[in-house]
Amino acid sequence: MKVNLDDAPRTPSLLDLAASARAGATAPVARIARVAGRGPSEDRLRELGFTKGTEVRFVRAAPLGDPLCFRLRGTEICLRRAEAARIEIEAP
Amino acid sequence: MSAAALPRIAIAGSPNSGKTTLFNALTGLRMKTGNYAGVTVDRREGEVAVPGGRVKLIDLPGTYSLHALSEDEAVAVRVLKGELGDGAPDAVVVVADVTSLDRSLPMIAEILQLGMPTLLCLTMIDELKARGGDLDVKALERELGVPVVGVVGNKGLGVDDLRARLAGSATWTRAKDLPGASTEERFAWADALLARCLRRRPDPSRLTRSLDAVLLHPIAGPVVFLAFVTIFFQLIFTWAAPAMDFLSGTMDGIADFVLARGPDTLLTHLVADGIIRGVGAVIVFLPQILLLFGVIFLLEACGYMARAAFVVDRLMGWVGLEGRCFIALLSSYACAVPGILATRTIPSPRDRLATVLVAPLTTCSARLPVYALLISAFVPAKKIVGPFTWQGLTLLALYLAGAAGALLFAAIFKRGLLRGKTLPFYLELPPYRFPSIKSVAVQVARRAQIFLKRAGTVILAASIVLWALLNFPRRPAPEGATELEAQAHVLENSYAAMAGKALEPVFEPLGFDWRVNVGLIGSMAAREVMVSTLAQVYAYSGSSDEDVAGLGVLLSSPDPATGRAPLSRPAALALLAWFVFALQCVSTLAVMRRETGGWKWPAIAFGYMLAAGWIAGWLTYRLALALGA
Repeated sequence: MKVNLDDAPRTPSLLDLAASARAGATAPVARIARVAGRGPSEDRLRELGFTKGTEVRFVRAAPLGDPLCFRLRGTEICLRRAEAARIEIEAP
Repeated sequence: MSAAALPRIAIAGSPNSGKTTLFNALTGLRMKTGNYAGVTVDRREGEVAVPGGRVKLIDLPGTYSLHALSEDEAVAVRVLKGELGDGAPDAVVVVADVTSLDRSLPMIAEILQLGMPTLLCLTMIDELKARGGDLDVKALERELGVPVVGVVGNKGLGVDDLRARLAGSATWTRAKDLPGASTEERFAWADALLARCLRRRPDPSRLTRSLDAVLLHPIAGPVVFLAFVTIFFQLIFTWAAPAMDFLSGTMDGIADFVLARGPDTLLTHLVADGIIRGVGAVIVFLPQILLLFGVIFLLEACGYMARAAFVVDRLMGWVGLEGRCFIALLSSYACAVPGILATRTIPSPRDRLATVLVAPLTTCSARLPVYALLISAFVPAKKIVGPFTWQGLTLLALYLAGAAGALLFAAIFKRGLLRGKTLPFYLELPPYRFPSIKSVAVQVARRAQIFLKRAGTVILAASIVLWALLNFPRRPAPEGATELEAQAHVLENSYAAMAGKALEPVFEPLGFDWRVNVGLIGSMAAREVMVSTLAQVYAYSGSSDEDVAGLGVLLSSPDPATGRAPLSRPAALALLAWFVFALQCVSTLAVMRRETGGWKWPAIAFGYMLAAGWIAGWLTYRLALALGA
């Protein structure tokens, strides 16, 4: 059976949050669902506060579009788009 | 009381927690640097006077958790566990920014779980109140089971209280009721704990929001950033100049004094020419270093540096680096030595190494005297259009070549030689804060100390060796020779000249003769030494800055004896191209060795830059000849 991956629903990520917030489509706040992956990089992202249920707010993008700045747990942390794409958020 | 009996207290915490300011406030300049066995991370320890005696403080690298991702963090963890250093510390002070406790409590829990006597030091207490936050410190103390002290590091408030507490580290308690081993559990514990102790969360910093609205604005942000870079260069070129001229004049004056008053012996000449002028040529850069690093540390302390890295990160990403590398590379425009030291803030070891390897390609100030000499002598002072002259254009081209080279080789290194596991990129933007002037002053003073120590040891040794190479063996001149001719005769038969002549086959394709080669050998000690070495080699008697123009005229005008100029224009241009790339600085090699933990990377740096310099010089020479320059 051939599966067309383009049609598969994708979980929204922080990257999507940033994109829609910049477009003014939605409020820039979401809750984290999970950090996809199991390695030390992903562990570090969790240790920085990107854990399930944490409220994250998109603050701004850098003037050149990357990295992206988020606010969570009282601090502002910037991630590159690649990292932001791996952090899944709960659907609004 | 012997040093071994002093209590050893580790200072741990995450970056941006105010840990550095606190450590500097407690230890000041009384800090020892060194190395841990087998690692290239700095070992920072200092002694503090406390009521009843002294204690030893061990400043650990900042970490976000005890699951170390980089070598820095690994050192912090290993020292805490007693695997590195002189055994496990007797106690730990955990420093945390009270305004972001929800983020840092899990790491605090991890350190508490090590089971050592611990004291929690909360910084930015004043900011918490100013932002409407309210923390029940006593409740936190009760819940955690360890003493909790609040300080305002940048104003020095509470530091005396902390000092008094340090005296009683033996009485610090161990924590209780700590969470399980997963990150999620720790955050759940932290949230519950704060629900009981934090009566009101602080609002986001209004100052930060207003400033960032401008400084990180899509248009205003880069404008401010460019202004910052411009000011940087202004500092190097213009503002440090009076102090540098003063130092340069003083050094020359002392050297002349020694020559005039001392006995006419070889030793006098060694001291005056070899040591004073040699070391002086490097010390002259101290005002630049102080000014530049004063600005860098000030901006770092108030929080702007992280913003600068945020703005420029994408550009840096194009060559495989990251935003923090920019600061280190910018610093290298003054001198690669402190620039390489500035790479310590770069978390990824590969990024850090790539930056270290290309830092010398940025046009450091030491190249300027050489550029000035050669450009003024060999490039016509004609205008092209408007305010642009050929001379100005050449200087700009040299700067751009260096910058382009640095970016190009960084990309090559990141893609090729330095393959490996990538660290995730993340950058914390701390709230803007008033810097502690004392802490900044201490950091600048330490950099100056390192710089002067380098001058005092490496440069001193290199200057003496170079002087010996230029002055031995002392073949007596033929009868009736003037002093200048006698000097030239000694030089022509010196070991340095022998080496220069031996190198002729290597550099002949670039148009250099043995005299220029001797200059190249000399400038290995420090690039600016090229000018004085050339002066000696071509028997030019002027020694001060004004006479440099005269040296230029000598080099570019036809010699009445031979009918040719000592240096042809294509060769002079090739020499400029060589200088853009070649690594001619023993200090840089020495610092590279220290920062990378061995001779492998300095050797690679030396090798690739030598090849690049030779190729650039050769291409320039051929091109210049072909174009009839």
